[in-house]
Amino acid sequence: MLTVSGLKRLHISVSFDLQDGECVALQGPSGVGKTLLLRSIADLDPNEGVVKLDGTLREAMPAPAWRKRVTYLATEPGWWSDIVQDHFSSWDDALPLVTRLGLPCSCGPWPVQRLSTGERQRLGLVRALMLRSRVLLLDEPTSALDSASTAAVESLIAERMSDGTSVVWSTHDNAQASRVGSRVLMMSADGSIEENRP
Amino acid sequence: MTYIQLAYGDLVLPALLVVMDGALSLALRLKLEKQLAIATVRMVLQLVLVGYVLTFLFAAVSLLWTAFAAVIMVLFASREIVARQKRRLPGIWSYGLGAGCTLLAAGTVTIFSLLTELRPDPWYHPRYALPLLGMILGNTMTGISLGLDVLTNGLVRERAAVEACLALGGTRHQALLPVVRDAMRSGLMPTINAMAAIGLVSLPGMMTGQILAGVEPIDAVKYQLLIMFLIAGGTGLGTLAAVMGGARLLTDHRHRLRLDRILTEKST
Repeated sequence: MLTVSGLKRLHISVSFDLQDGECVALQGPSGVGKTLLLRSIADLDPNEGVVKLDGTLREAMPAPAWRKRVTYLATEPGWWSDIVQDHFSSWDDALPLVTRLGLPCSCGPWPVQRLSTGERQRLGLVRALMLRSRVLLLDEPTSALDSASTAAVESLIAERMSDGTSVVWSTHDNAQASRVGSRVLMMSADGSIEENRP
Repeated sequence: MTYIQLAYGDLVLPALLVVMDGALSLALRLKLEKQLAIATVRMVLQLVLVGYVLTFLFAAVSLLWTAFAAVIMVLFASREIVARQKRRLPGIWSYGLGAGCTLLAAGTVTIFSLLTELRPDPWYHPRYALPLLGMILGNTMTGISLGLDVLTNGLVRERAAVEACLALGGTRHQALLPVVRDAMRSGLMPTINAMAAIGLVSLPGMMTGQILAGVEPIDAVKYQLLIMFLIAGGTGLGTLAAVMGGARLLTDHRHRLRLDRILTEKST
């Protein structure tokens, strides 16, 4: 279980719990701080507050170990090498997920430049899923995808949830929020969140 | 060793060439005459001053005075490093990192050469120590300022890539490595280029000076080789220290990228 209490970053001040295998949808107007919140939980920005995974404080472990368990995925994932497969410790292990999300299985040796925005978004998701993290913090993971790819992503994440992975899923799509989330956290301009049960 | 001594009067005719530049600037409205005048006056004053300072230091041969002169040179070098940065590190670090790394690298290499090969008596004799330090300092400074510039610009530009690596559980060392490599490369490139082109494209100033002073060319070459080796070592050390130090300053103990620690851009 992920526990967030009194998390503060700039104007944001948030507390919530996330059960194993649960997905909450994070909603709110653009610029309200959804990305800041997700980044703060992953400890990518300086922030205050108590964040625990199964009762263990994140400060109790090195930050890289925390992020391997509680993984943030940016809307537009970054690429540190020119070649697609250099971003994966084992490209062969990633291939089943790559093909499942509708990407060509030959794209391993491709330059990243050759991929479209939507292809990069799906590859970024595959890259993050390879970690088998306990918690996924997905920042608009389907914003650049068509409806077929979106459905593929949603079913893949649902599978991971049934294995016990928890998810915070930020989205602007109300229908998606109620599809994927058992609860909706609505973020408002003053930096607080309010819980709506669909 | 014989050389043709110059009197101040001998410089009047060559100085007319600068006046010619000024006339050109006026005639073509380049608006350079003011800058040119200031630069010329500065050059004359600074060099004459340095001439007298060195004369004093060579007469004194004091460890204290030599060290004092060396510290002043390092301070000017670090000021120059800061002035060349488009994005600056905060507070004391902007000068501290540059000064610390130039001092570390140029100082180590200079003392190394004085103690092992040149062995003047005493080892800190300013006639050897200061010119050596000056030449190493100039090149180390270029390496450090280029390295830091590429590091900070690279981190800002590659922010998404660096943070992607961090978000996937990479350490700050792993995440910054590509940018650190680029920065090191840029810092070392001028020295490598200079070594490759030396003697073919350019005759180095120090060697030319020694030849003009009547030293046999092959002896002047040996001195130049010594200097180039020292410069290569100093630039490598200094750039490594500055880039690693900069990378550490721009991340924190929780392996976050801290671009908020870079001050606002200065137009160059």
